[in-house]
Amino acid sequence: MLELKQEPQRLTAFLSGEIDHHRAKELRETIDFAVREQYPLTLILDFRRVTFMDSSGIGLIMGRSHLLEEYGGTLEIHNPSPQIRKVLRISGADRLAVIRSYTESMKHPVPAESAPPYAEHPTKQEEAIHEYAQ
Amino acid sequence: MNTLNELKCTFPARSENESFARTMVCAFAAQLNPTVEELADLRTAVSEAVTNCIVHAYRDSHNGMIAITVRLLPDGVIYIRIADKGCGIADIGQAMTPLYSSAPAEERAGLGFTVMQNFMDQLNVTSRLGRGTTVTMRKKLHNGEE
Repeated sequence: MLELKQEPQRLTAFLSGEIDHHRAKELRETIDFAVREQYPLTLILDFRRVTFMDSSGIGLIMGRSHLLEEYGGTLEIHNPSPQIRKVLRISGADRLAVIRSYTESMKHPVPAESAPPYAEHPTKQEEAIHEYAQ
Repeated sequence: MNTLNELKCTFPARSENESFARTMVCAFAAQLNPTVEELADLRTAVSEAVTNCIVHAYRDSHNGMIAITVRLLPDGVIYIRIADKGCGIADIGQAMTPLYSSAPAEERAGLGFTVMQNFMDQLNVTSRLGRGTTVTMRKKLHNGEE
């Protein structure tokens, strides 16, 4: 239920399904294992295939944020659904991580292996979406 | 108040049942024709309350039971009661403080009650040490109204 993509300086975790207390521990252990193997500058948690998340997911995000802070890495949250966005906003977790939505990937959910490579810098459109989300 | 329909369900406080509990409540609430967002709000609030029972109320025993009552009331109001017979909460005010958690080692964010408060119209918590905790929530579903 979790796919990891390792690139130079970057680790992307494609989460899927429902993230609750029941699943959080396994996700945390798998992601942390991969982070400690690579120490990526950027950890991306991609939520495009996540259908539900409660505050257990916030615990997961806060914990990874602290782990990356330890060595100066940054955390990004990609493609959260409206429900997840609401949980992020209420919890203030939108201040712990950069949140981005990629409209193309939202319209056409693609499997991790065929996902387009993310631009090094967000395009104007993505920036606009990011600002809109704030 | 007139209850139009009612659901009662009791199940063991196992984390496997978190998904079942929120899905069950939403399936029942579907009779009120809620919007996608309202349904997501209910789903999230129920998930938080049930997780609290499992993580906190019964943390020293895995044999506890969780009792859920859902009532559909007039004017599109849904009432949800989630009760345990676990350890109880010594200080409800502290427990409801955003980011406070008695289980930070397990990466609990301390946001369960905050989410319930924000996603529902009304939240009440009553608790007795050693006897258990009862959470009741209400939400008016507006779909179909202009």
